[in-house]
Amino acid sequence: MEGDRRSRILGGMSKDARSVTIALVSTVVFFTALALVITNSPGWDEVKNAFFNPTIFKESFPEILRAFELNIKIFCVAEVFILVFALVIAVMRSLPGPVFFPLRALAVVYTDLFRGIPTILLIFILGFGVPGLGLSGVPTSAVVWATVALIIVYSAYVAEVYRAGIESVHPSQDAAARSLGLTRGQSLRYVVVPQAVRRVIPPLLNDFIGLQKDTALVALIGPVEAFRQAQIDASATFNFTPYVVAAVIFVAFTIPLARLTDYLNARSRRQRVATGIAS
Amino acid sequence: MSAAQALVLENVHKSFGRLEVLNGIDLSVAEHEVVCLIGASGSGKSTLLRCINLIEPIDQGRILVGGREITERGVDVNEVRRGIGIVFQAFNLFPHMTVLQNVTLGPHKARGLKSEEAGHEARELLGRFGLADRAEEYPDRLSGGQQQRVAIVRALAMQPRLMLLDEVTSALDPELVAEVLNVIRELAEGGMTMVIATHEMGFAADIANRVCFLDEGVLLEEGTPEQIFRSPSNPRTQEFLQRIIAAGRL
Repeated sequence: MEGDRRSRILGGMSKDARSVTIALVSTVVFFTALALVITNSPGWDEVKNAFFNPTIFKESFPEILRAFELNIKIFCVAEVFILVFALVIAVMRSLPGPVFFPLRALAVVYTDLFRGIPTILLIFILGFGVPGLGLSGVPTSAVVWATVALIIVYSAYVAEVYRAGIESVHPSQDAAARSLGLTRGQSLRYVVVPQAVRRVIPPLLNDFIGLQKDTALVALIGPVEAFRQAQIDASATFNFTPYVVAAVIFVAFTIPLARLTDYLNARSRRQRVATGIAS
Repeated sequence: MSAAQALVLENVHKSFGRLEVLNGIDLSVAEHEVVCLIGASGSGKSTLLRCINLIEPIDQGRILVGGREITERGVDVNEVRRGIGIVFQAFNLFPHMTVLQNVTLGPHKARGLKSEEAGHEARELLGRFGLADRAEEYPDRLSGGQQQRVAIVRALAMQPRLMLLDEVTSALDPELVAEVLNVIRELAEGGMTMVIATHEMGFAADIANRVCFLDEGVLLEEGTPEQIFRSPSNPRTQEFLQRIIAAGRL
């Protein structure tokens, strides 16, 4: 019965158009219901004014967006260092043979240690500790040391991603390279690492979405980035709308990254199917 | 031991854990000689080739290439490998490089040729083996036979004095075997010294100067193809060949 009626209503459409329509209708129904529940709640009027005040939104938006520039700077600088530093750690951990035991051990200790420390703690320790030493020639800026903390922590994660990539390259590839007379280092550089990096690009981007959000932690030792600016605006207006502004800006920045990750994941899946994975 | 020996193995032993794979192998190969290793899977053929190329370290014995001991301590393994080409059953081409890059990597990085020079040489070699129009393709765009021919060219580009072929047709569809065997035949006619592990008995009979039968890590019998295939003296060789004939492969 139900099915009959629906097929009569949507009868003239192609299968694709029909599924789009169904998706559209169900989405509208769901979110209308959700909106009705929220807007009919007893405290809605106060919450609406406290979080979604249009005047305050418009006023604080440019300031917070300007402050967000610092988040982007931290993100970009940190990303470059993380990509290089993490690869060094991953390669160190992948070196075979007894000679390289100390380097391997160092890499293991590093990743264990810095994946275990909460990012915020390291930001505090470096951000307040290093400038406190009063060493000459060492930067005292809180932004610098907070960025260093992000680099250290994220490198530990990204190194593990790289390592998974390196280990996924079949040993026969290294054997083939070495059999041509390439040194161990050359084999890593020209044969193993390029294949490893290609395979881990999607999970790497995922980590960078996390990094992008964690740039907000820098605020906790002083620098005025988007979150801190929102805090300032919020306390000036006794209104939470600036936080929503900051949230919107962060989301607007990460969504393209997330879609890019999805796209690359889908593409590498397609390629794997197409080539049937060479051993 | 004369200087004309391209390869000499003396009492070579190799184990993986408790499993003894090579149990005292003695073998010498003269310059321009083609030696085929036959034997069941697991008899040690592949391991023997991998030991000669120093991919696997041996436990005991000596290996000499061109009169020089390569299993001594302090030998530059990279330099030794540059002079010995090896081709694997699974091709092991580098999937992220084009055919041309696969072939030039060794000459450019290990032999120190300039990149144009290496490219020039590589194109010439690819042309010789009918692969000139494939130079810019990636390996996954090629047939198995073409991939294996590229792998052979990649090894040849190092200008080795000795080629080791490890069951190079075993992973190929039957109709693609001939093109690879023809390349090997061409190398043999050109005087390349080769040690070939193979299951293609007809091919071995045709191309080899000498056939060696390996059984459980021991070189049980060796001789000309006629001796080994027509009148093998060791009962285990006879048994092995009977199984091969029963399977219709000889």
